Amino acid sequence: MPIIEVKNLVKEFGKVRAVNDLSFSIEEGKITGLLGPNGAGKTTTIQMILDLITPTSGDILVFGEDMKHHREEILSKVNFSSPYVALPNSLKVIENLYTFARLYGVKNIREKVEELADFFEIRAFLTKMTSSLSTGQLTRLNLTKALLNDPKLLLLDEPTASLDPDIADRTRQMFLKIQREKGISILYTSHNMAEVEEICDRVIFIQHGKLKDDGTPEDIIMKYGRKDLNEVFLHIARESTKL
Amino acid sequence: MKIHRINALLMRHIYLFQRSLPRIMDILFWPVLELLVWGFLSVYLEKLNITSVSVLTFLLGAIIFWDILNQSQKAVSISFLEDVWEKNFLNIFVSPLKLSEFLSAAALLALIRILLVAVILGVLAGLFYHFNIFQFGFYLIPFMANLLIFGFSLGIFTTAIILRFGTAAQILAFGFIVLIQPFSAVFYPVSSLPQYIQYVSYLIPSTYVFEGMRAVTSSGVLPVWHLVLAFATNIFYLLLVVWFFYRMFSSVKVRGRLMKLD
Ligand SMILES: Nc1ncnc2c1ncn2[C@@H]1O[C@H](COP(=O)(O)OP(=O)(O)O)[C@@H](O)[C@H]1O
Ligand SMILES: [Mg+2]
Repeated sequence: MPIIEVKNLVKEFGKVRAVNDLSFSIEEGKITGLLGPNGAGKTTTIQMILDLITPTSGDILVFGEDMKHHREEILSKVNFSSPYVALPNSLKVIENLYTFARLYGVKNIREKVEELADFFEIRAFLTKMTSSLSTGQLTRLNLTKALLNDPKLLLLDEPTASLDPDIADRTRQMFLKIQREKGISILYTSHNMAEVEEICDRVIFIQHGKLKDDGTPEDIIMKYGRKDLNEVFLHIARESTKL
Repeated sequence: MKIHRINALLMRHIYLFQRSLPRIMDILFWPVLELLVWGFLSVYLEKLNITSVSVLTFLLGAIIFWDILNQSQKAVSISFLEDVWEKNFLNIFVSPLKLSEFLSAAALLALIRILLVAVILGVLAGLFYHFNIFQFGFYLIPFMANLLIFGFSLGIFTTAIILRFGTAAQILAFGFIVLIQPFSAVFYPVSSLPQYIQYVSYLIPSTYVFEGMRAVTSSGVLPVWHLVLAFATNIFYLLLVVWFFYRMFSSVKVRGRLMKLD
């Protein structure tokens, strides 16, 4: 059973068709990259999967169930992180983690927080104010928050966008660690094609809200006869501006 | 509804209050300052001996009850804004949290805040001005309940407006309640308002509390229909406002503005 199944998804904002008859499904335990130029509809799609945006039409099944009737059940096994959301600066790191652990109904909150604090190496600053953390520490904190509920599915919208190459690389290694050690499926967006090539089992290209291509990075590079994913991206993005 | 999720939101705000001076001042400092200013004014007016009624009781009662209403409203709208300002709102709403739980947490926060303020102002008014808040006897409970509910409705209304129109509308969260004050007969009886404004006054639940407070002070009893009307108007607005909030929330989801609130 696919972990996410999107069928004929459409989202219109007034006259803008942000997502246009999009269908895809993603399998369990994989890291899937959702790619496309700015404005392609990636964020809109992710937010619809999370029930933060109501689709105009189409269906979204997560774990085989639809959001309308199983929202609580689905969201308790999903988590999300992105640079456009943040944990409150005015709380201590540990207070933020406890808050979200409670929100997700985590059973042994202390144990869980300590386990993840070790996993992401943030134990040393648990009692610090969130506002005092560096970007790299914040990224790890946000991932810690995102794993508190032992999600089966992690949605990440441009998680590496504002990170320097060193921290971005560490973050990528963490994604791989999360996938391998915890078996979590990840759907994530990024504009860094080298990164996508490195960690994604599969990529979904969208453009103008439509599915453009779908496959392993190697297959896609072969199919377009380019030397890497970056070239494929440029090809796809520029092809459209010619139209 | 799940208690652990309501508890999570409550604790989040309690953490915040513990070490935030401006937020503590909002409960401790400003209301107390206001009490002192009006208290000394009342003492002075009493000395002038220009009226037969107890100015002190009227004014102090008014200021305490007004502040209770104000705190209830603020607890709701500001706690929502805190999460918008901190860009934390989406984090909360990608969890299984339900709107009913979100609203319940806001109501509990409002309850905690009005109890704190009532105790602090009640004790201080007693110490400084020999004002006895228990002179309202049993009526204290329906008075506070009505102020809590009406403040909650005002808070939910401003929250819904901010959801719909963005934080540019946040001035409402602070200003809306001030618009109510002249019509709600806080410091003077409804009868001192022009006839056509009196009709408006009687549409506002808190009016009955302030009228009731004066009735209890001067005659010791409160017309039952006052209480009935207070609760009736209050429940009507509460239902209306909760419905409006759910509608605005789903409209925001349709327009995709939830992540663009700031
Ligand atoms: N809330 C919104 N209201 C109106 N238009 C929107 C809204 N959100 C996104 N859009 C438009 O929808 C399209 C897709 O946007 P988005 O999903 O953010 O793209 P991406 O994340 O791929 O860059 C863009 O044209 C964008 O301007
Ligand atoms: Mg985007």
